[in-house]
Amino acid sequence: MDHHLILRVVTQILVAPILLYGLYVQFHGDFGPGGGFQAGVIFAVGFILYGIVFGLRRLRSKFPDHVIHKLVALGVLIYAGTGVVNMALGGNFLDYNVLSPDPVQGQHWGIIAVELGVGVTVFGVMMAIYYAFAGRPPSLDDKDW
Amino acid sequence: MELILTSLLFLALVTTAVAIALVRRLFAVVMLAGVFSLLSAMLFVLMDAVDVAFTEAAVGAGISSVLMLGTIALTARSEKRPTHYSLVPLSIVILTGLVLIYGTLDMPNFGDPMSPVQTHVGPDYIQRTPTDIDVPNIVTAVLASYRGFDTLGEVTVVFTAGLGVVLLISGLGRRIRRSRREDKAPSKGAKN
Repeated sequence: MDHHLILRVVTQILVAPILLYGLYVQFHGDFGPGGGFQAGVIFAVGFILYGIVFGLRRLRSKFPDHVIHKLVALGVLIYAGTGVVNMALGGNFLDYNVLSPDPVQGQHWGIIAVELGVGVTVFGVMMAIYYAFAGRPPSLDDKDW
Repeated sequence: MELILTSLLFLALVTTAVAIALVRRLFAVVMLAGVFSLLSAMLFVLMDAVDVAFTEAAVGAGISSVLMLGTIALTARSEKRPTHYSLVPLSIVILTGLVLIYGTLDMPNFGDPMSPVQTHVGPDYIQRTPTDIDVPNIVTAVLASYRGFDTLGEVTVVFTAGLGVVLLISGLGRRIRRSRREDKAPSKGAKN
């Protein structure tokens, strides 16, 4: 898409706010609509937009496949690991009350941790699926559509 | 006002669905599917399910369209013309639709305060969340804390889906095999 000047300029302006919005949705999920699932998707969309306009190769050089694949597993590990930490602290699996001396505060910490796990996995899976589909030849010219 | 908006959105939804079924160019089908998702998201907002609407807009209209476009790029641009028209699939679809509509007749009306959901589980969560968890968004409290196990299962499903796609179509296995072969080849040369 080298000749689409408007798309390139608009993308350059848009990517940063999209990523920022993804982070907002991630960490503001307790207070408003949103949470890990939506945040992971929005965060991935920012990178996918970059990949569509500037080429998959440039995106891949910044975010190699093996990093993405590790993120996919890391999210599930964060989520399940939170549960294991709770058990180590003497509570039940995924019972966040024990994470802090104040049970309500513990719930807050636990929710932030598991939402982060959800977000990381969803981001990784979306990127991995996009790489898998877009990384296969043949790539199309504009006029083929 | 809400009734008019809901009816208009449902009308647009049905129109889009019919258009999807009729159009042969798959690029147009993907765009219409994105429109369908956005319209559903608006309907969810009208039903006060903001979290669901958010997901529908991000996943249905955003990522799905990109992935479907990627699939079109790998396969075909337009749907094949059917060689013959059969009445069996159409009648099965209509029959299933009628059965589903018949099934909704027994359900409580939308937002009925006397429905089992509103009298049994819902008020319990609404009462307990401020003292137990104290987050303003009760959906998050239910999703991440009360139903944390379910969400763990969901994340595992997403994980498994991603794993499946990567293993099946990313060509990772082929690349690993090739790199192994390349690793082996020089060592053979060294022996000779």
